[in-house]
Amino acid sequence: MRSKVESLLLPLTVAVGFICGWHLAVRWSGTDIFPTPKEVVLGTVELARKGVLIKYIVASLFRVSAGYLLAVFIGIPAGLLMGWFGRARMAFNPALQVLRPISPIAWIPVAILWFGVSDLAPIFLIFLASLFPITTSAMAAVQNIQINYIRAARNFGITGLELFRKVVFPAALPQILTGLRLALGVAWLVVVAAEMISVNSGLGYLIIDARNAGKRYDLVVAGMAMIGLIGLGLDWLVRRMETLDEVRWGLSGR
Amino acid sequence: MTRSTAAKIAVRGIWMTFPPMERTQPGIIVLEDINLEVADGELICIVGPSGCGKSTLLNIAGGFLEATSGEIRIDGLPVAGPDPRHIFIFQESSVFPWLTVEDNVGFGVKRSDPAERKRVVDHYIEMVGLTGFGKAFPRELSGGMKQRVEIARAFAAEPDVLFMDEPFGALDYLTRMKLRSELTQIWQRERKTVLFVTHDVEEAVQLSDRVVVMGKRPSRIRDLVTVDVPRPRDLDNPVCRHLRDHIFRVMGLDHSGQSIERPGAADGTDLGEGSQTVLIRKAGG
Repeated sequence: MRSKVESLLLPLTVAVGFICGWHLAVRWSGTDIFPTPKEVVLGTVELARKGVLIKYIVASLFRVSAGYLLAVFIGIPAGLLMGWFGRARMAFNPALQVLRPISPIAWIPVAILWFGVSDLAPIFLIFLASLFPITTSAMAAVQNIQINYIRAARNFGITGLELFRKVVFPAALPQILTGLRLALGVAWLVVVAAEMISVNSGLGYLIIDARNAGKRYDLVVAGMAMIGLIGLGLDWLVRRMETLDEVRWGLSGR
Repeated sequence: MTRSTAAKIAVRGIWMTFPPMERTQPGIIVLEDINLEVADGELICIVGPSGCGKSTLLNIAGGFLEATSGEIRIDGLPVAGPDPRHIFIFQESSVFPWLTVEDNVGFGVKRSDPAERKRVVDHYIEMVGLTGFGKAFPRELSGGMKQRVEIARAFAAEPDVLFMDEPFGALDYLTRMKLRSELTQIWQRERKTVLFVTHDVEEAVQLSDRVVVMGKRPSRIRDLVTVDVPRPRDLDNPVCRHLRDHIFRVMGLDHSGQSIERPGAADGTDLGEGSQTVLIRKAGG
């Protein structure tokens, strides 16, 4: 019980301390550009009243979902095949490993060239950003499968596609899920960056627009806070999936 | 049929050479001319020091490895790969952690009728004493219970041959004792042909009809010891004790684990005390 109270109380204390420190720092420095916590809350309320807050959140979430899901549907099968077939891995893995360290941000000019200022550009960037961690983790997951599971399944006469469905995929699932969680975090980072440049809605756009259109730093910080909170929510959702019995066996910290 | 034989499993002239670490060196001979016949419904243990190739032999019989030369026939047919009629039980549990105990045990069940399936699954869960744990996941079970699931899953596939590769090797002493006696009971009821690899000489004496004793690499069969003692077997039974000491000697160790350097000790002819010879019947080899 003590640890449960503590796990709430400790971070809450830190948050309160941080907000107080922030408030005092703004007051003592005498700045009239950087907002106090109270001004940020008022700014958020203002955005909510005008209806732009929900609109921008939906726009950002839509782009993330589209690009991310596309990456899931392509990356998982591709990773499974590359993990299973040595030839496929030999052929595609080097290309994957060269593309992987290129920051999605570096793709922004290319995305604008190909897709113009539209929803497609950020969706493409999110797709790219999510694809590499998802594919790589699915591939590694298959390579790490305990050989005894495969041998036992073969012994029971399971082969081909059935082997994939009944053994390879479920055995790889915990590590695939770890990749999915990583990729979602990256996708959320990238959408904000992409929106700052190539579209005119979304939380990234809100931040850059508030800055450009009148130095409204209360709205800039409000946008940042929303991004943090939604990122936390997304991570929580994936963590919920990690408690399922089908994957819990393969994840540490049960 | 090229050969008329009553043997369920016939191992003929098996040689196994593994490629060397460095190209300049010769390959490592692991198995050297292994010959063995196993009767239907017989329980045979293969013992030997670690690294002697006993597991390799079992893997060849299970269809997971190909011998360098020689062949193994089961029911007169050469082994060509893993076969649902011959189930392999692994040392580290290969129970699927994403499936419940029930689904694991049902994994290899061939019946398609759901009611019939359930009956088979329940029967084998009960057989290994896991009734009530059907909905549990493997991570909620102890090591011994997981190995019970593995055994139930193997039997539920209704194979006629079981290959067991040190199935109790990773368990604590008490659990091992218990599972050994349970396996004896199950085997007496089901009468499958079992090839059981172990490094535990007492385990071999307690379980088997015959014990195949293998020596250090390259492994040949050093002796084939018949254990003619009614089950359940008490290891304190003098016959069991003598057989155990005999097997130790054949393996080149005395009872306390010290190496025996005397020539002749290793081939199983020098038994020290003359009275033991009566109890040991050498069969083939």
